[in-house]
Amino acid sequence: MSTAPPIPLDKLIVCTHCDAVYALERPSAGQKATCARCGTVLITPRRKAGLQIIAVSIAIAILIVAATVFPFLSISAGGTTNSVSILDAALAFSDGLLIALALATAALIIFVPLARVLLTLYVLIPVVLDYPPVRGATQAFRFAEALRPWSMAEIFALGCAVALIKISDLADVTFGPAFWMFAVLVVLVVVQDNFLCRWSVWTSLDRTRKS
Amino acid sequence: MDVAGQNAQILSAREMGFVACRRCTKVWPAGTTTCGRCGSAVISRDTLSLQRVWALWLVGFMCYIPANMYPMLQTRTLLSVQEDTIVGGAIELIHYGSPGIAFIILFASVVIPIGKFLAIGFLAISVTRPSAVSNHHRQVLYEVVEYIGRWSMIDIFVVAIMSSLVQLNTLAAINPGRASLFFALSVIFTMLSAQAFDSRMIWDVRTDQKRDDAEGRKGHAAND
Repeated sequence: MSTAPPIPLDKLIVCTHCDAVYALERPSAGQKATCARCGTVLITPRRKAGLQIIAVSIAIAILIVAATVFPFLSISAGGTTNSVSILDAALAFSDGLLIALALATAALIIFVPLARVLLTLYVLIPVVLDYPPVRGATQAFRFAEALRPWSMAEIFALGCAVALIKISDLADVTFGPAFWMFAVLVVLVVVQDNFLCRWSVWTSLDRTRKS
Repeated sequence: MDVAGQNAQILSAREMGFVACRRCTKVWPAGTTTCGRCGSAVISRDTLSLQRVWALWLVGFMCYIPANMYPMLQTRTLLSVQEDTIVGGAIELIHYGSPGIAFIILFASVVIPIGKFLAIGFLAISVTRPSAVSNHHRQVLYEVVEYIGRWSMIDIFVVAIMSSLVQLNTLAAINPGRASLFFALSVIFTMLSAQAFDSRMIWDVRTDQKRDDAEGRKGHAAND
């Protein structure tokens, strides 16, 4: 590989994890291009991925809003019942300094996933419909990607399972509608994340490239 | 594998005089400071990143100590008030016959955080000197740390759910303890610490080493 300057930079791809340089070759739909050195997935295009992601994202947005307000779990013991929504659970830390923790929890399980989905829709809808990218699309997508590790809906789901087992011998627990919505939501978030080929999105947002 | 040059010696962008955007993978000539496509700051190797890694690591570690000293949960029943630390609560669970849950809690709140402190510390030290562990293994270690670190948050969510749900007036009430705040901070700072680490430095050691003793260790460079 005696690649000196003559090779245009558009024809190269660099692995973000280990900095290895490859000559760009688009894999066909359904295939993956991975880094030969560290195994990071570089490109993973899918047929009709754009429309699928948009559909899944809209579903996620609706489910987040619904799952947040409907009753999530309710508990009863000795004649007393208590029913909570996800927002109540997040805001459980409510005295003193723990307020900060309440806000962080609410952000991690509700607002960050919601923001990511909305930003993705904002970026992807024009791209998929073959319009020029909207204003601020690159910043929006960059922000959505930066938020990725902070979206913890699936961790909250496992937390639910643990909490339920801990409580179940103390009192009777019943699931509200939001519980099932949240279960579906977690699966959809994972699906959306795996369908999205970052490289393809960035390429379609590239305004410096004239094609 | 659809990328060219599998058998050829893989070169890094820095060696070829390029710099790549870590956010959107666009390639630029060396010396570019801002990615023209996505606007991220672009830097070939973030030399200050190790300082940031250690600073955040230290804050995370300092938060982890009170997280284990203070009570995580306060359980109030008709007759008694009980306060449990993370480890204490898990031991309690084993006594009450749910070792599975105790194991998840211990794994997420003790094994993962401590493993993470060790792993990040090891990685940060290993990029400054030739390491006995292969680059590939260190890359895997880094990815595991990045992936699994978030799962420590599970204990916080368990506390949140339990303390919002179990509010049965006089009968029983569970409230979060002070440790929850420190524990959350510890998880957040270790996540930031892992993110600050520039994993491309893992692979530089090999090339630097090769320059140093080009003759000495052919076997090492042959395949990773």
